[in-house]
Amino acid sequence: MKKQVTVRYFALFREHAGISGETLESDADSAAALFAQLKHRHGSTEPASHCKVAINDQLVDWDAPVRDGDVVLFFPPVAGG
Amino acid sequence: MMLMTEERILPDELSRELRDPAAGAYASFEGWIRNHNDGMSVVRLEYEAYAPLCRSEGERILEEARSRWKILHAHCVHRSGSLEIGDCAVWVGVSSAHRDEAFHACRYIIDQVKQRLPIWKKEHYANGDSGWVNCERCASHGPHYDHAQGLPPPDAKAGTPLHKRRTAD
Repeated sequence: MKKQVTVRYFALFREHAGISGETLESDADSAAALFAQLKHRHGSTEPASHCKVAINDQLVDWDAPVRDGDVVLFFPPVAGG
Repeated sequence: MMLMTEERILPDELSRELRDPAAGAYASFEGWIRNHNDGMSVVRLEYEAYAPLCRSEGERILEEARSRWKILHAHCVHRSGSLEIGDCAVWVGVSSAHRDEAFHACRYIIDQVKQRLPIWKKEHYANGDSGWVNCERCASHGPHYDHAQGLPPPDAKAGTPLHKRRTAD
């Protein structure tokens, strides 16, 4: 089922996408599936397991469901400190 | 307290907030901007952070430290924005009755902060090139690597800039 989601890209992903975020329609039923669908945007060469995902400002596992109206944040491998 | 800031970090001022009549120990960690990484000469770093999640995840890490060790106070401050060589990028301070707990909690907090907070750094090199730096350990070990345990294996590609890895691999 198609749902409307807002996606935000960070750091390397944002630079590759050329945009910081977008609202789109997707039938992806999990964060991992949405990440795979949007590979042309974020351009990640890392497996999803090396990256992180948050939905509505909560860090979640990659198999977390994506629902209509969700805000999904894709984080490349982090490097704080 | 987990704080994200674009202002200069002043450890001496921050450490005052950890003072407590019951404290006999204070341990701190400062992460500084160094002028080299992986054989490249670095002139400055840009930190990008997603502050809302940095704060909530940072508070969770501090709470974990408080539940694991008998400490009095634990604070962490992380910079974002453009930093110069020698600047303090991150500060962790812990006070406790005795030193052992302060050392352990401080080490735990900085390790978890580096692994879990949504923060990225872009290095700018002396040759004009730039590159995003990969996580020190998680890319080599996958998501279930326990950063609180020991050192990475000798084949870990610690801190290798992503753009260099792409061209090298």
